[in-house]
Amino acid sequence: MKITKEQVQHVANLARLNLTEEEQVELTTDLENIIAFADKLNELNIEHIKPTAHVIPIENVFRKDEVRPSLEREDLLSNAPDKQEGCFYVPKIVE
Amino acid sequence: MALFKKTAHELKGLLESKEISSEELTKSYIERIDSIDQKVDAYLTVCKDQAIEKAKEIDKKRVNGDELGALAGLPIAVKDNICTKGIKTSCASKMLEEFVPPYEATVMKQLNKEDAVLLGKLNMDEFAMGGSTENSAFKVTKNPWDLERVPGGSSGGSAAAMASEQAVLTLGSDTGGSIRQPASFCGVVGMKPTYGAVSRFGLVAFASSLDQIGPLTKDVEDMALAMNAIVGHDPYDSTSAPMDYPNFAEALRNDVKDLRIAIPREYFSDGVQPEVKEAVLKAAKAYEDMGAIVGEVSMNIMDYALAAYYLISSAEASSNLARYDGVKYGMRTENFNNLLDLYKQTRDEGFGKEVKRRIMLGTYALSSGYYDAYYKKAQQVRTLIKDDFDKIFMDYHLILTPVAPTTAFKIGEKASDPIEMYMGDICTVPVNIAGLPALSMNCGFDNNGLPIGMQLVGKGFSEKKILRAAYAYEQSITKSFVRPSLG
Repeated sequence: MKITKEQVQHVANLARLNLTEEEQVELTTDLENIIAFADKLNELNIEHIKPTAHVIPIENVFRKDEVRPSLEREDLLSNAPDKQEGCFYVPKIVE
Repeated sequence: MALFKKTAHELKGLLESKEISSEELTKSYIERIDSIDQKVDAYLTVCKDQAIEKAKEIDKKRVNGDELGALAGLPIAVKDNICTKGIKTSCASKMLEEFVPPYEATVMKQLNKEDAVLLGKLNMDEFAMGGSTENSAFKVTKNPWDLERVPGGSSGGSAAAMASEQAVLTLGSDTGGSIRQPASFCGVVGMKPTYGAVSRFGLVAFASSLDQIGPLTKDVEDMALAMNAIVGHDPYDSTSAPMDYPNFAEALRNDVKDLRIAIPREYFSDGVQPEVKEAVLKAAKAYEDMGAIVGEVSMNIMDYALAAYYLISSAEASSNLARYDGVKYGMRTENFNNLLDLYKQTRDEGFGKEVKRRIMLGTYALSSGYYDAYYKKAQQVRTLIKDDFDKIFMDYHLILTPVAPTTAFKIGEKASDPIEMYMGDICTVPVNIAGLPALSMNCGFDNNGLPIGMQLVGKGFSEKKILRAAYAYEQSITKSFVRPSLG
């Protein structure tokens, strides 16, 4: 299938990637080749086959609703790129 | 003989009989790293002081007669996508260049419980995406057998550190072959356990339905030792299997007479290097000579496994990597005007080329209008692959195949063509798709003197059987670890 630059821009926006002009050109070709390779699956007539998401049969996993200690706020904030007064700091989003 | 040349079980014996101390052993490995790693570039972080301190602590416990774990005093190293509390865990990505986990991965807790000594963190393809370790944002690891060649990937640092004897044993992670293929390229033993056998808690997620942590070791006996330490149910990983595991040391008996081993035709196609085919078929003959029954089988769906794998793994990756947004941890761009811009620019600057490629493919496959054509279809193929394996396992205990179509290639050789690089995973990805356990071990060398690997695949949770077959083969060929002439 033909992949257009507009499609690449659309997918990049969904993926939250600010691709450079050069990256957009490169990824248009790469994606087209990889999708062509993936199109091999269309050779298969598998409408009646059930999809498998998980190979090991595990049912819903529940645990008791008990209060347990969690990580300290300081530890959780230790890797934050920006923080203020015990919170993650981000640009203003509400005017 | 230098201490670093010995296997884990030999060193364990020397430590237990107090012929050597862990401090002495740890220092000998640090010297080894200091002298050799500038050539190999396997390590991203070496924790010298912490390692020596830990070794001393364990020595003290031993002198006091305290109870010690099964890996007591043995210096090990782990791939840099396994979270180590207080020690940088970068995933070989600029995105996590400064990330210091505030918690320990479950496997690290298990290794600590066994009193292992952590030497450091090992290089890899960024976020475990790649088959050559060339996708690391920081350095290219070299193959100790030929420094112009790749060690394989994505656990290239883990395999190269083993082949150049810079750790007693290492851990890697395997999403589509990332333990087995580098183990094959570097001539060491590597195992991908059954999906769910080892906790993924604290393993930085790539493709959650495929990822599994596993060990790389010098020999099969060491593999049993390492596997004993890391398997087990973990309440922190809801996909981990609630079951009891055998003592894998029981698998170490030289007997394969009751085993039926399948050789799938499709794994020996024209795309496979002739020397690789020959070496693996020779191993099949060795099993026959030892009394196992070997038979040829067919895996029709094999041709479609690679496409299904890249769709499933990239889709899951695009979702897992959405968390890197420059807010809670990881890097943040300096060039942004608003929050959306912050996300987008951070992700463009923080991720490398291959990671972006996979995020794009995965996002495309999950996007409206394409979901049924790609993602859902890939999950249907997954059912067929699982059925194909189930069918073979009705008549056979194990499957024997090559690990990779070729031996280690030159650095840069496949870097420009993503599809050619992906083709290298053809023998390993079906195993992840079906969640099966598999082991990769050396079975010969090509005309350039590069290691060739064979892969033993078993039913879910049949690690013991795989280890038994691997042990018998190892006993039949050589009793010592083959090593490159490097330094």
